[in-house]
Amino acid sequence: MIFLYVITGGSLFISFILNKDKTIKALKVAWKKIKKILPSFIKMLILISVMLYLLPDKTIAKYLGGTNIFRETILASALGSITIMPGFIAFPLSGILLNKGVKYMVISSFSSTLMMVGILTFPIEKEYFGTKLTVVRNVTSYFIALIIALAIGLLYGEVLL
Amino acid sequence: MFLMFLLISLVFNFTPGIKIGGNFYEFVISMLKVLLFAFILIGLFEVWVKKETVERYFGNASGYKGYIWAIILSSTTVGGAYVAFPVAYSLYSKGAKLSIVLTYIGAAALTRIPMTIFEASFLGIKFSVIRLLVSIPLVILSSIVIGNSFEHNVNPKQKKPLD
Repeated sequence: MIFLYVITGGSLFISFILNKDKTIKALKVAWKKIKKILPSFIKMLILISVMLYLLPDKTIAKYLGGTNIFRETILASALGSITIMPGFIAFPLSGILLNKGVKYMVISSFSSTLMMVGILTFPIEKEYFGTKLTVVRNVTSYFIALIIALAIGLLYGEVLL
Repeated sequence: MFLMFLLISLVFNFTPGIKIGGNFYEFVISMLKVLLFAFILIGLFEVWVKKETVERYFGNASGYKGYIWAIILSSTTVGGAYVAFPVAYSLYSKGAKLSIVLTYIGAAALTRIPMTIFEASFLGIKFSVIRLLVSIPLVILSSIVIGNSFEHNVNPKQKKPLD
C-alpha cells in the first residue's frame, strides 16, 4: 500500500515539474473516471458487506470441512465465485481452514475462484468491457480455477487418478 | 435506500444492519485509499503515455513479449480486480491488443506480488508455485482464444463499443 502512495506521489510530483497543465489535466481525467465508476463501485461494496454478514468465516469453515473432496471442491468454487474478500482476510482464512483439516484442493478452489471469478464485481467489469466479454471471461476463469484445484489435488496426493 | 436501512438499523439497534454497515464502512475506507491513488496514476498514464508506446509494447505487433509485459505489469498491481479493470481499459483504449489486456486482468488476479507472498506464508511455497505454474499458461491461452474471437467484432479504428 505504501508502495502505491510513494509511486503516485512521486509520479505526480515529477509530472508537475515537467508540465503543470498536463498534470492538472491528468487529475481531471482521474476525477472524471472515478465519478463514472463510483455508482457501480458502491453497488459492489453494498453486495460485499451483505455477503460477508451472511457468510462469516465460521460458516465457510463448517461447509468446507466435509469428507467428499469433490463435493467440497465444487462448493468451495461456488463460495469463492460469489464472495469477494481482500487478500488480508482471504489468506488467513485459508490458513485457518487448512488447520481445520480442509484439503489443499478445496482451499485452492476457493482462493482461485475468489481471485479470478467475480460475480460481485460484474457491474464494474461490465461497465468497462461489456456484458458478453465479462460473462465469457468469468466462465473461463471458473474452469481455470477448477483445473488449478485439480492440479493441486494431484500434486498433494489428495486425488489419485 | 441502503443508507436508510443502515440508519434505521442504527436507531433501532438492529444487529444485522449494524454489522453490515460496519463491513460497508470498513470496505469503503480501505478501498478508497487504494482507488483514489490508483486513478490518479491512471490519469497520469492517460496524459503522458503515447498511444504509439502502448501499441509497441502491448499492440498487435508486440508478439509474445506483449504477454510477458502484461504479466510483469499485473504482478505489480495494487488493490484488486477493481483496480485492474480500469487500468486494463486504459491500456485497451490506447491500442493494446485485447488478448493481452485479458492476460493482464487474469494475471492481476493471480500474480500480484504482495498477495502471493501472503499466500505462500499461509499455505506454503509449494502451493503458490503450483498455482502460478498451472494458472499462467492457462490464462494466456484462454486470453488469446477469447481475445481473438472478440477482437474481430470490434472495429480496430474505433476501439470503444465492446457490447
